[in-house]
Amino acid sequence: MSEYRLEMHDVVKTFPGVKALNGAQLNLRPGTVHALMGENGAGKSTLMKCMFGIYHMDEGEVIYEGEKVQIKGPLDALNRGIAMVHQELQPIPERSIGENIYVGRYPVKKLGPVTVIDHDKMYEDAARVLEEVHLNFDPRAKLGSLSVSQMQLVEIAKAVSADCKVLILDEPTSSLTSAEVEALFTIINELRGKGVSIVYISHKMDEILRISDEVTIMRDGQYIGTWSAKELTTDFIITKMVGRELSELYPVRENVPGEVVFEVEDFTSINPKSFRHVSFQLRKGEILGVAGLVGAQRTELMEGLFGLRSHTAGRITYKGQEIRINQPKDAINNGIAMLTEDRRATGILGVLSIADNVSIASLNQYLIGGFMLNDSKIEKLVQENVAKLSIKTPSSKTQIQSLSGGNQQKVLISRWLANSPDVFIMDEPTRGIDVGAKYEIYCIIAEMAKQGKSIIMISSEMSELIGMSDRIMVMCDGRMTGFIDGNEANQENIMALATRFE
Amino acid sequence: MEKTFNIKKFISNNAIIILIVLLAILTGLTTQNFFTTNNFKNLVVNVSPRFIIACGVSGCLITKGTDLSAGRAVGLAACLSAMLLQSIDYSARMLPWMPDIPWPVALIIVMVIMGFFGGINGVVVSILKVPPFIATLGMQTIIYGLCSLITNNQPMGGYKTSYLTVASGSIGPIPYLMIFAVVIGAYFWFLYNKTRHGKYMYAIGGNESAAQVAGVNVRGSLIRIYILAGCMYALAGFLVGAKAGGASTATGNGYELEAIAACTIGGVSANGGVGRVGGILIGVLVFEILKICLQFLGVDPAYTYIAQGLVIVIAVALDLRKYLQKK
Repeated sequence: MSEYRLEMHDVVKTFPGVKALNGAQLNLRPGTVHALMGENGAGKSTLMKCMFGIYHMDEGEVIYEGEKVQIKGPLDALNRGIAMVHQELQPIPERSIGENIYVGRYPVKKLGPVTVIDHDKMYEDAARVLEEVHLNFDPRAKLGSLSVSQMQLVEIAKAVSADCKVLILDEPTSSLTSAEVEALFTIINELRGKGVSIVYISHKMDEILRISDEVTIMRDGQYIGTWSAKELTTDFIITKMVGRELSELYPVRENVPGEVVFEVEDFTSINPKSFRHVSFQLRKGEILGVAGLVGAQRTELMEGLFGLRSHTAGRITYKGQEIRINQPKDAINNGIAMLTEDRRATGILGVLSIADNVSIASLNQYLIGGFMLNDSKIEKLVQENVAKLSIKTPSSKTQIQSLSGGNQQKVLISRWLANSPDVFIMDEPTRGIDVGAKYEIYCIIAEMAKQGKSIIMISSEMSELIGMSDRIMVMCDGRMTGFIDGNEANQENIMALATRFE
Repeated sequence: MEKTFNIKKFISNNAIIILIVLLAILTGLTTQNFFTTNNFKNLVVNVSPRFIIACGVSGCLITKGTDLSAGRAVGLAACLSAMLLQSIDYSARMLPWMPDIPWPVALIIVMVIMGFFGGINGVVVSILKVPPFIATLGMQTIIYGLCSLITNNQPMGGYKTSYLTVASGSIGPIPYLMIFAVVIGAYFWFLYNKTRHGKYMYAIGGNESAAQVAGVNVRGSLIRIYILAGCMYALAGFLVGAKAGGASTATGNGYELEAIAACTIGGVSANGGVGRVGGILIGVLVFEILKICLQFLGVDPAYTYIAQGLVIVIAVALDLRKYLQKK
């Protein structure tokens, strides 16, 4: 018996035009947490999908418990004891929690000659599994009644219910609160104690260094190396992931906040549980960070300001004049731009080209005779932005969905820059973006502020807020609970305001 | 090596078109009078109104909607045209008080009326948020009822000559009907590729929420799309009536499914955001050539339906395969 439970050697996987994996490998010991790290596009998820049978590799081998195996599909993987929690959840919100856990492998019983689903057994088993992972949900409740992070925990329960020996967690904490992360880590520790091998994919360094035993780093589909987590530092990991030294995590900011350009007074949602009585000022060339826990209604507030959500009360003053915003168009016409939190759901036009995605918000500027679009002018705009923001794309005709997260985000930023906005609201601008591209986004933000644009940046990453903001507004449960100067901000004083519940 | 690969790809990407061309060649070789101007004219005359309907419904499909009322709308438009353009001395005129009006005026009246119905579809879909399948299913039934009501379920004929000439006339070898289709095709190509409206339409189909965030007037665009669709059904109904020399409540029955099928064969994605005017034309041509070929080969019409059904499913399966391969 080998010392490893599962080994993958020399994996090659090619997609049309891209070699996603080229000599990737992974060796999993039983009873360990193995972090898999790399920038977006490094091939982490692809490698895991090969292990889980969603993709079939072109070359390479999988050795599972000492035997060479071929994993034919997800069901085959599950039957062998390999389970995966996907980065993007695939829940069925209209069905019960129990059904979601057992979908595809429902317990059955005989009812005379017919085989039917044994609902009682299913819900009993589901209740037991939920208990095992310390979740106190009714298995008969609709999955849709849970929050996104709770659904994620149910997904983990589902994986646990398969009595797995290998558990793949692909960015499990991206939508969890810190308390939920703690709960997850407790579960992971228990599973490790039972001898389960866990593959843990995450971009969050502190989590990786805390929870994992070993770390494998990948870059451009290739295996870079495996280290014991104890001997690693954040800097070392980043250097290996990016393949070059990153001297600074954040760029030097040269912006000088000027006079107040944008003022919000007593802004209140029509939903009494959402944002209420929020007032703040924004200066020219200022980067205003917005901090808060999940559920602090930061996104809702910004969507309200941008006209995506309705408000009952509140005044917005822009350059000394009161403006009314009832729909995004009003905001855009007043020089406000907004990068939304969920890039896939409300940002990119997936099947459309880069050119269409860049130009969609500013088409009025490229009209000939008021009705015909000037294609060459649009192409010029696109090329300028591709060069200026160093967007990596084969051509302006490429579908945006084929780009990496960082490049998609840059396309969306160019979309708004084409309107030359004065106020740019950015909701989690670096979510799901790899370290290298993050730095580029920070540079873009710093440059915009230097040019006198005012930026509102929501972020759930403390270090990002502290590293990038001139001022930080903290919210808790729909209320604005205070401001902290960027130079004085630290984890403690932000958390103190963020947890100031009534 | 590289070249054979490309040929393979070309064949798999255009399988249906290649099959139809082969079928046409086979038919031409085994039957008489297939490759004649007459038959070509016949094809053009059949394709033209169907292409116009398909253009109309394409906007709905590209924005992830559909329009099941298209066929009945064509029928109502044909009946309205009939009522407006029966010849003055025809004894069984539906509207005896109707003065003699030139056909372009009648066409405009019909387009305005049908555009109104399209607008209602648009409002129901975009503002009341009724799923397009349901909204237009309701409209289909309503329009059929209205059509029965105004025509007393009587077929109409006795058109004035100038109206009949719209369908039968030609400039040299080119039938007027083809000119209508070419103008509409060019208009739609321009609209889809060169205007804000087109870009907004693709954006809504690609991701409605994202389009809204980007400042696209989603409601307005959708309403415009359904109004335009209604106008196209009006034009098609007007032409279909002229071509048949008569109209009844049965006119246009089932045309919506043919049009949707043709669009889909032509690469308009049911997932929204994708579709080109050239593709729509190919879709309609595939359908009509198939029909004519089978007719020439003396195949029982029952089999023609089966063949059409197969073509729809196979074409879409092949089209989807292009995307699945990338996974």
